[in-house]
Amino acid sequence: MTDYFKCYYEALSMNIRPTIALGDARVGFRGRILSLDLERAPTVGLPPAELERRLVELGFVEGAAVELLHQGLFGADPIAVRVAHTTIALRRREAMAVMVQES
Amino acid sequence: MSVASETVAALTVALVGNPNCGKTALFNALTGSRQKVANYPGVTVEKKVGRVTTPAGRSIALVDLPGTYSLRARSPDEEITRDVVLGRLASENAPDLIVCVADASNLRIALRLALELKQVGRPVMLSLNMMDIARRRGIDIDLKVLERELGLPVVSSIAVRRGGTDDLRAAVDRQLASLPSAGASSWRAPDAAALRGAQHEADRVLQAAVRHPGHRDPLTAKVDKVLLHPVAGMVILLAILFVMFQAVFAWAEPVMDLISAGFTWLGVQVGAAPLPDLLRSFLKDGVIAGVGSVIVFLPQIVILFFFILVLEDLGYMARAAFLMDRIMGGAGLHGRAFIPLLSSFACAIPGIMSTRVIDDRRDRLTTILVAPLMTCSARIPVYTLIISAFIPDRDVWGFVGLQGLVMFGLYAAGITAALSVSFVIKHIFWRNAVGEPFMLELPDYKIPQARSLAIGIVTRAWAFLKRAGTIILSMMVLIWFLASFPQAPEGAKEPAIEYSIAARIGHAMEPVTLPLGFNWQINVALIPGLAAREVAVGALGTVYAVEGGEEAAEKIGQVLKDKWPLATALALLAWYIFAPQCASTLAVIRRETGSWKWMWVTFGYMLVLAYLAALVTYQIARALGAG
Repeated sequence: MTDYFKCYYEALSMNIRPTIALGDARVGFRGRILSLDLERAPTVGLPPAELERRLVELGFVEGAAVELLHQGLFGADPIAVRVAHTTIALRRREAMAVMVQES
Repeated sequence: MSVASETVAALTVALVGNPNCGKTALFNALTGSRQKVANYPGVTVEKKVGRVTTPAGRSIALVDLPGTYSLRARSPDEEITRDVVLGRLASENAPDLIVCVADASNLRIALRLALELKQVGRPVMLSLNMMDIARRRGIDIDLKVLERELGLPVVSSIAVRRGGTDDLRAAVDRQLASLPSAGASSWRAPDAAALRGAQHEADRVLQAAVRHPGHRDPLTAKVDKVLLHPVAGMVILLAILFVMFQAVFAWAEPVMDLISAGFTWLGVQVGAAPLPDLLRSFLKDGVIAGVGSVIVFLPQIVILFFFILVLEDLGYMARAAFLMDRIMGGAGLHGRAFIPLLSSFACAIPGIMSTRVIDDRRDRLTTILVAPLMTCSARIPVYTLIISAFIPDRDVWGFVGLQGLVMFGLYAAGITAALSVSFVIKHIFWRNAVGEPFMLELPDYKIPQARSLAIGIVTRAWAFLKRAGTIILSMMVLIWFLASFPQAPEGAKEPAIEYSIAARIGHAMEPVTLPLGFNWQINVALIPGLAAREVAVGALGTVYAVEGGEEAAEKIGQVLKDKWPLATALALLAWYIFAPQCASTLAVIRRETGSWKWMWVTFGYMLVLAYLAALVTYQIARALGAG
């Protein structure tokens, strides 16, 4: 079992911090990805399976460390997120599918 | 030296990698100027091939494939990458060796792509680019462990340093010396579970082979604090754009004047040459004026692409898209459409060419369709002529010049029209289409390399001359033909153009244009104006038999003022905001979309808008007593 999975299961078993959608997080938020919940982003035009693949392709997988770095001027959207060692810009609408736990 | 003729026998090596991995810099470092940019058959995806001689003397054709995160293609560019890698394109050799290029300082996503490429069944090796940056940032990569865990040969490279690709060249030689025959491909388009599994595997390899300091690149973090600041970031973006536009207009002008003067001189020389009248007119008004009208835009295009490439290489372009996404999104445009639309204020041609930064086909098409509505510099001479002749030079509300206000209104009308049309396209015609989510990587900032910039600018300038030139020239010749035949009879009193097909078209169009207040003289001037909008000024001079052509703009203005009612002048201004009065733009749309259909769609919708705008303007102005 990898360290990522260990962390993931530890976090699950302790369950001390609330789980939120990345799309609801504020600038400065740091945490780990718990899961991708595609039903949380129903307003997105893409089919859920396609959105999931795109998120995974950009590194949004379970266990990855995330940090919300920046947000836009209007509606605090889009957001710039550090995912492990990469910075990704996306809209909050799509980020609603990424469930994260604060660390 | 022709690349195509030599690639037949040569081995093919393909470069595959994520966007922003420094693949193009590596390609430039390996091939230098020995590269050729063409199109893949039937699509507008750029095909870049260069010739490389390895240390062992092998001649290889190096193919730079469009950047991608997965072989699971989502855009036409990525389809090309997939099909070339899998050897599915009949017109291309399947690669004998795939070099997966990765940014050594950003390996995580790249390793997943490398694992996917392994499944293709062809020889694959991994080249860790930008190794110097990774070392400086304290990222420690154990190549031996990486090689073992990944099951692929791994080599490091520094594209921007002399000798930085020596290891890579030698490694390519080693691989090519003992090429196993291509095995069966076990690649299938991965679903989310497969991608996720591969990413976990990549994370495991990363854990074993790489020690990462954990924090971001400190410089990028500091700069982003300012450049991505919600308010300061916007202000800086606007400042950068302001400088860019100043440069496009101010720096280009002396060179454009020089080119213009050069072609005028050439025209005068040909005009004085002892040639048959018809041939002289063809050379002077058809060929020289046609070629000149294309080349005169070259300085603007070079400057614009200089800025675009510098900003792109710096890593700023993705940030500009981030900052503008919300504003553009409201009008149904992608954040990345911002720069192309802005470029279109100089000229729609480079604007449309730069829509290539937009991945999604529909988003790109929308941008191309509305780009010609932005007020380009060629409209300025026409606007200036009519405004200075018809709009009184006085202040309104005590401090704003009326003439300047009208000019501003024309610009604002263009922008509003562009945003409205894209809104309508997105929300009415493509309402059910899949909306492309805005998701892109913000790469670390990097210093652009002069050599890569130079190669980028030269290849784009050349592509512009070659692609636009052929079509534009043929359009110009056609327009010359319409304006010159049949020729004026002996001893004709009227200007020669009045006997031409163009004049007949002008007369025939009168019933249609009468509700707009356009007389047949205007109709005639609009025809050569199709070549380039500003030509209409000279053409009006010709029809009204004003001596001195374009230089006599003031004189033309006086004549027009005597002959046209104000309502007609205003209607013509309204017409010019929308009218598809530019053969070059239409030619470029045809090239960039790869279809006649979109060219005609653009022409059609702009013509309809122009007609309606002129109609409404003329009728209202007349009703208000300006007729």
